[in-house]
Amino acid sequence: MNTITSYLNSNQGCRDTVDSILNTIRSDEHNAVVGTYDHLAAQLADYYDATQSDRPFAGVPIAIKDNLCIQNELVTCGSQILSGYHSPYTATAVQKLLDAGFIPICRTNMDEFAMGSSNETSVYGPVKNPVNPTRVPGGSSGGSAAVVAANLVPAALGSDTGGSIRQPAAFCGIVGLKPTYGRVSRYGLVAFASSLDQIGPMTHTVSDAAALFSVIAGHDPSDATTIEKPVPKLTLNTEQSIQSLAGKRIGVPTALLSDSVIHPEIIQAIRNVLDQLANAGADIIELDMQFFDEAVATYYILAPAEAASNLSRFDGVRYGYRNSQAQTMQTMMQTTRETGFGHEVKRRIMLGNYVLSSGYYDAYYGKAQIMRGELCQQYTKVFESVDAIVSPTTPTTAFELGAHLDPLQMYLADIATIPVNLAGVPAISIPCGTDSQQLPIGLQITGNWFDEAGLLTIAHGIEGLLS
Amino acid sequence: MTPSGIYKNYELVVGLEIHVQLDTNSKLFCCAAAGGSNQPNDHVGAVSLGLPGALPVLNEQAVQYAIMAGLALGCAIQETSVFARKHYFYPDLPKGYQISQYDQPLCLNGHIQLSDGKKIGITRIHMEEDAGKLVHQGASGLAGSSGSLVDLNRAGIPLIEIVSEPDIRTPQEARQYMEKVHEIVRFIGVCDGDLEKGSFRCDANVSVRPVGTTQFGTRTETKNLNSFRSVEQAIQHEFHRQVDALLAGETIVQQTRHYDDATGTTTALRTKEEAHDYRYFPDPDLKPLVVTTATVDAIQQTLPELPDAVRSRYKTEYALPDNAIEVLIQDRNLYQLFNDCQACIQTTPLPELAKWLVGPIQSLLKTQSPNTHFSPSDIAWLLDECASGKLSKTMVKDVLEQLKPGMTAQELVNQQGGGQISDQSELVGLVQSVMAENPDVVKKIQDGKVASANFLMGQVMKLSQGRAKPDTVRALILEACGVAV
Repeated sequence: MNTITSYLNSNQGCRDTVDSILNTIRSDEHNAVVGTYDHLAAQLADYYDATQSDRPFAGVPIAIKDNLCIQNELVTCGSQILSGYHSPYTATAVQKLLDAGFIPICRTNMDEFAMGSSNETSVYGPVKNPVNPTRVPGGSSGGSAAVVAANLVPAALGSDTGGSIRQPAAFCGIVGLKPTYGRVSRYGLVAFASSLDQIGPMTHTVSDAAALFSVIAGHDPSDATTIEKPVPKLTLNTEQSIQSLAGKRIGVPTALLSDSVIHPEIIQAIRNVLDQLANAGADIIELDMQFFDEAVATYYILAPAEAASNLSRFDGVRYGYRNSQAQTMQTMMQTTRETGFGHEVKRRIMLGNYVLSSGYYDAYYGKAQIMRGELCQQYTKVFESVDAIVSPTTPTTAFELGAHLDPLQMYLADIATIPVNLAGVPAISIPCGTDSQQLPIGLQITGNWFDEAGLLTIAHGIEGLLS
Repeated sequence: MTPSGIYKNYELVVGLEIHVQLDTNSKLFCCAAAGGSNQPNDHVGAVSLGLPGALPVLNEQAVQYAIMAGLALGCAIQETSVFARKHYFYPDLPKGYQISQYDQPLCLNGHIQLSDGKKIGITRIHMEEDAGKLVHQGASGLAGSSGSLVDLNRAGIPLIEIVSEPDIRTPQEARQYMEKVHEIVRFIGVCDGDLEKGSFRCDANVSVRPVGTTQFGTRTETKNLNSFRSVEQAIQHEFHRQVDALLAGETIVQQTRHYDDATGTTTALRTKEEAHDYRYFPDPDLKPLVVTTATVDAIQQTLPELPDAVRSRYKTEYALPDNAIEVLIQDRNLYQLFNDCQACIQTTPLPELAKWLVGPIQSLLKTQSPNTHFSPSDIAWLLDECASGKLSKTMVKDVLEQLKPGMTAQELVNQQGGGQISDQSELVGLVQSVMAENPDVVKKIQDGKVASANFLMGQVMKLSQGRAKPDTVRALILEACGVAV
């Protein structure tokens, strides 16, 4: 297991590390990487080899999801419509990585425009789960999860709109954190659903996730939705984190321990964690949380509505793919979008435009906003009596490639992760065992708004208990 | 003007939508410059290009200007307003949506008072971003062109849209309303008011109804009204067209129409069925705009006195001539100069100051700027010296023209030997020597050709280097020649 610390303590030169990773990528069979930042990575590596840098993570390689912009580098969101597009600027989160010394090394595969839970909607084709190559890695940050799980890099950035960091982390047996909405700047993240998107770390360990979180978080004048709050810098100690679990109030939504929703082997794994938590002195509190089904419905109104709007800019006029055969302005834009977007993206654009149409707005978008408000209130109330909520991250472990043909069934795979995005609270998925097929099971821990410090400490304690 | 003939049985109902470009340094949501450029796509940034991953950040100066306009137009500034996305596809709209305000605009319930005292209500003022421009190759419009280029310099420039109530009843009222709004936004300094460049644009919603009825007729929206005259003419034409249609037994179709300035007529662009479904929803990238009462109060403090108030005060308190008042209101710099001079002037009557400003000083500013170097206190001192007879008008003008940076008017006058000579004992000597040198001219004057005194006066002015007081010199000459004054 290559952690960030193991790279920092390595005696290998940065350039050697970078070259060796780039070599491995060339023979990677998981289809997790869609492009490499050869020149940038080599340049940075040479610099860190030649200089005694005081940057805290000097020379540590990291993978970047293909929806984050780096100046002069390709960014395509796994879509034909952005083929050949080089960004003229760098995303704030990536800039913070660069400033901290990280070396971005490759772009990772993803569901097209982050729309999917299996990484099968990418124009580059599906990613194979490194744990078991017949299985999906989850999505949409499937490539980011896979490069970490395959030990190609110690960490990757993903983005999470309805579970796109936590679900693939769970499927690939790694750690994935979705910070509080407003914590990490979205500037330079190609938008899917602006009110839900959040960038986060994908790593092997909770302390690596915490370290990366501290680097990328913080108010950004370029993103009006980021919040001015101090970013916690955590020094996590396993013994202390385990000890601190004593007296912690841990909530468990009973609805997510029902075998009508969640696979029994996963329920068993979660119950095992709960037992260990109780042994460590935590109070386990059963929660009668509602609205999981409604949350999925709400999400599939709000996310497509925002997506349809955000994806309007891809019209072939200024950048990316254009159908140059078209004879008129109108048909150029129409056919560019028709050919440039894949099925799932077009399905969601149509859904989104439908729910925003005059005459349907109140019935769908308006109601969904009300439901979202209810969900937020529920979390507010729950966090009056608990310090964190634990649940499964996913209803199943990684399913077979090509298994989910019905989109509705696929959408329900996000039932445990979606409410978290709608409320905007932070949540982390950590590995908590495997099922009978040796596939990883993810434990989702949800914290109060902007309490990443508390959330990460509890996650670190549980990680310690389970190891 | 009341309608005559067949039109007199119908009443015209008009509401105007005015788009005002705010004269800010940068764009509404992008750090790119808002001013024009000779180069296409010169003033663009990640946000105004609609690049993937770019996010809008609200320009505070634009909000301040919008609030100033709202206050000047008598609106209530809303504590919370919301930016929404208005969707449609067109190559000059980079994001595929325009960020505008929809159901929660910044300003509500204002009005404009016309010269006859009639009030035209203002429903709302909302903020939004401008679109870019298409440049069609090989033709003036899309039709017939071989291709179109996109210029996004204008995309994202802040606009306010001022929506009036349907209170306007004649084309002349429409024009006057538009002129008043134009005057106010220019005067308070939020818009350069350049109609030709499109900084100030107008759409007219026009309907007609039988005189005496209260229900509104079906309205049309006429676009492309780029001058005060075209607003008046387009509305007049649309009034006649709609009445003609009704009299011919047709019904008015709700549609968007295009005004052709060359022919003075309107033609249909698209009907209601072809209208866009804009799919408005609150922009999730922007928080609701919250403006505190304290902020509004602070902006109110910075707002200058408005043109109509200035007009009436200048007339009643200062007795300024009407034409001078109008010039001062049209020329913001001159208005400012008047106020600054007024603060330090002592003996010169204000109408005299105003005449100087809108006359010689305005033309100096026009022809010599930026090489004029006089301050308000220079003007005030010179005019006071002139009023007390120490300087002639010509001397005042000369000094204003000759002033250099770092020098006051008083210093320049002293350097040139002081002010005007009005002391008779000083002038008598000059007059006597000139008369002694020109006995033939003196003879002519004595013979009754009084006009010849002008020649002698010219000689005295020459000897005194222009400083002799002309009236005194003239009196001395005539007296010495024995001609009755």
